[in-house]
Amino acid sequence: MSEAQPKVGLFVTCLIDFIRPSVGFAAVKLLEQAGCHVEVPDAQTCCGQPAYNSGDRKSTADIALQVIEAFEGYDYVVAPSGSCAGMLKKHYPNLFEDGSEARKRADAVSQKTHELVSFLYRVLKVRSVDAAFDGSVTYHDSCSGYRELGISSEPRALLATVNGLKLQEMEDSNVCCGFGGTFCVKYPEISNEMVSKKMAAIEAAGTDTLLAGDLGCLMNMAGKLKRSGSNIKVRHVAEVLAGDTDRPAIAEGE
Amino acid sequence: MKPASREFKNNASRALNDAQLQRALNTVQGGFIEKRRNAADKLPEFETLRDQARDIKNHTLEHLDLYLAEWESKATAAGGHVHWCETPAEAREAILSICKRLNAKSVTKGKSMITEEIAINPALADAGIDPVETDLGEYIIQLRGETPSHIIAPAIHVTKDQIEADFRKTHTHLPGDRNLDESTALVNEARQILRQKYIEADVGITGANFLIAETGSSVIVTNEGNGDLTQTLPKAHIVMATIDKMVPTLEDVSTILRLLARSATGQEFSAYTTWSTGPRRPGDLDGPEEYHVVVLDNGRSGMLGTEFQDVLRCIRCGACMNHCPVYQSIGGHAYGWVYPGPIGSVLTPGLIGVDEAGQLPNASTFCGRCEEVCPMRIPLPKMMRHWREKEFESKLTPHTVRTGLGLWSWLARRPGLYHLATGIAARALSAMAGRRGRLRSLPLAGGWTRHRDLPAPQGRSFQARWKSGERSMQ
Amino acid sequence: MSARDAILSRIRRATGRGDDAGRQAAVAERLKSHRRNLIPERGNIDAKARIKLFEDMAIAVQASVAHVASSNDVPEAVAAYLRQHNLPQHIRHGAHETAANMPWAEKAPALEVVTGPAEPADEVSLSIAVGGVAETGTLVLTSGPDNPTTLNFLPENHIVAIRASDVAGSYEDIWDRIRKAHGEGTLPRTVNMVTGPSRTGDIEQRIELGAHGPRRLHIVIIDE
Repeated sequence: MSEAQPKVGLFVTCLIDFIRPSVGFAAVKLLEQAGCHVEVPDAQTCCGQPAYNSGDRKSTADIALQVIEAFEGYDYVVAPSGSCAGMLKKHYPNLFEDGSEARKRADAVSQKTHELVSFLYRVLKVRSVDAAFDGSVTYHDSCSGYRELGISSEPRALLATVNGLKLQEMEDSNVCCGFGGTFCVKYPEISNEMVSKKMAAIEAAGTDTLLAGDLGCLMNMAGKLKRSGSNIKVRHVAEVLAGDTDRPAIAEGE
Repeated sequence: MKPASREFKNNASRALNDAQLQRALNTVQGGFIEKRRNAADKLPEFETLRDQARDIKNHTLEHLDLYLAEWESKATAAGGHVHWCETPAEAREAILSICKRLNAKSVTKGKSMITEEIAINPALADAGIDPVETDLGEYIIQLRGETPSHIIAPAIHVTKDQIEADFRKTHTHLPGDRNLDESTALVNEARQILRQKYIEADVGITGANFLIAETGSSVIVTNEGNGDLTQTLPKAHIVMATIDKMVPTLEDVSTILRLLARSATGQEFSAYTTWSTGPRRPGDLDGPEEYHVVVLDNGRSGMLGTEFQDVLRCIRCGACMNHCPVYQSIGGHAYGWVYPGPIGSVLTPGLIGVDEAGQLPNASTFCGRCEEVCPMRIPLPKMMRHWREKEFESKLTPHTVRTGLGLWSWLARRPGLYHLATGIAARALSAMAGRRGRLRSLPLAGGWTRHRDLPAPQGRSFQARWKSGERSMQ
Repeated sequence: MSARDAILSRIRRATGRGDDAGRQAAVAERLKSHRRNLIPERGNIDAKARIKLFEDMAIAVQASVAHVASSNDVPEAVAAYLRQHNLPQHIRHGAHETAANMPWAEKAPALEVVTGPAEPADEVSLSIAVGGVAETGTLVLTSGPDNPTTLNFLPENHIVAIRASDVAGSYEDIWDRIRKAHGEGTLPRTVNMVTGPSRTGDIEQRIELGAHGPRRLHIVIIDE
């Protein structure tokens, strides 16, 4: 391992890969600016949460092994998502029997897995970013990032260094938006109620942009805001930190 | 109570469309949360106490047989009678036989979720015995013919106006033009009416927050004092408990009590914490002549030694449901059985079967707020996931979900194919959305698009771009 | 097999490690040792501060507090309290010698004092607490002819006299005191911990006092 240039395997996450590649590029940019060498292993698909949260432990373990295999050679595994990083960090080890070879490998990957913003702040000690954003934002703490990984101050600290950006907190910023992976399609009505409450809190904050660190939650909130005719723009926090806000926001037309 | 948990989705839908219920839920939302936060903040040792309480209960559960036996011998030595019951039917029988022997006509009841679990009220009524709920919330829902929708605030789903209407309909002996505008007037009216019931009752039934091995005692924690009148005035006091209420010592209970009220209502301590040890003693001028404890298992011992053991640490404070965004949206009745909210989603499948209650552990986003506030640090989301695993193993997961999931998992384990498929789909959806950037509807995605737009992909997938050497969005 | 044996043996199978002697020793040790868990620092203060904390915490939960110099002054304090709240000059207390020895006739001649368990018509009762817990402003009362339990719950107004020196820092201090008085491994028939007057939040979470138990709780601290 090179002390000067940590080798980072970027776990893109299936949603960013599929829906919003620009977040992936923003993540790479932030990591490279902070002095990392970034690679994107080809053998990654998804972290396995859909299977895991549906009770299919066997498939989850298979997928986890594939991820472990693809990423164990890196100094760090970084995901621009609290949910997926939480899966690798907090849940992969529990998929394998104590003392087994697979468990040891899962533990090792768990140790070096981080969510993007907390990785920048805690591990790379990044204290400011070189970006500008003309507008006010409010930040939603997505559940896994907040409760599993304890991320809350880090994105705010870095956002505070974005030129021109004004952060305005919403009420209950750490209350679930109702996404919950497969939950939002299994229980659409309950999910809708939850995201409606979230939307009310976002609108009450009175900012022109909503940020968060998880694309699933962002898609849910953006989809609801757009359906309701709101003009609030929705972006992944990495886009703003990287200064990549030229593209249309999530669910926004050109 | 006949479980309606299979109907969870319909129940939830009905709850979401019930304007009255939504109004009630909105009125109270936040109150519990803020009060708990304040109470926890005022006690610097709160988090350490949570660790210790967890350890106390873990130790107790590891030695539960011994503590139960010790408790029984102490309770018996104090003149109490212990009735062991495996099933709700046995518990009903134990209670009924005491009531019948005493020729009871009327039974007052303190708040007890276990008596809901064994459905004692209909059994008493069938035997010609009048069960009177004395906790104000329980009294209100008894008048309404309902069940509790919250374990510590049973009438949380009812508004003041509804209560006024219920009182006018039921208390017909009172003047029709009396003023019941303020909740104070409603509380006073219930006080007057129930006063007489306490005095007339032949038997008083309470629950138990704890059983104490050291002294053979049972403990109830209340705010109204109804439990105390219920257990002090009649000839006999019956305590309805389950095996998981056990705590070793007075010191251990004291630690847990420091968490209970703070987590439940945000009080530093509840108004009344009452420790009962046996019946009236020589020289006593009041108190029950008989003291019985009906101690029920009902499947709990089967959870010991399994991945669900930790749920037996629960002290029924209700913090998990107070903080649960799903509970906040639909209230407690939607869960379809005695215990709602996250604790219900874990406990109910254990007590009535995962085939009956499998919906409940699925109806969670795993947001983790319940675990965050659980005073006993019960890993509720983890246990809900374990129930989903049980469901999956026994093929109870719906066929369409299994098939879809199977296909997806198969694809996820073939990165080459996966990237090909997602690459094609991303471009297709992007094209469908055109310049709008989102889709208003999409076949097979009705669950999503009924309530929200679907953000469209930006075009080619990240992996495809990265592989072709792009290092920024082209 | 009886339900008892079935339940206990199921538990034993699930939790037993085959080391019954070791498990039994662990349980016996725990039950005997009275080992304390963490006790909040809040109550770990000198006597004067402790009494002040007890008083503040009780007032915070809507109890009222009065101080008297000695138990001889309680009758006047009680009579004054009754006048202040427009209550009849009639109280009931148990056989506790502290209450019995108070100079009722001399200091509060207009006050009618009866003894025994509470009756439904009683509006005011007086109890003598075995202790108080400063941590939460909690009174501890034990049952028996000295302090019939019904006095704590039936009347709408409950007056409790407590010696300042009986105010403890923690619940644990009270347990030690009760063990000393009543022996190991048991408790008085009823131990009531009372923290403020009766209340309910069952109607739209609005706190109302006097749900079933006393509407008012008045604490008379005897400073002697």
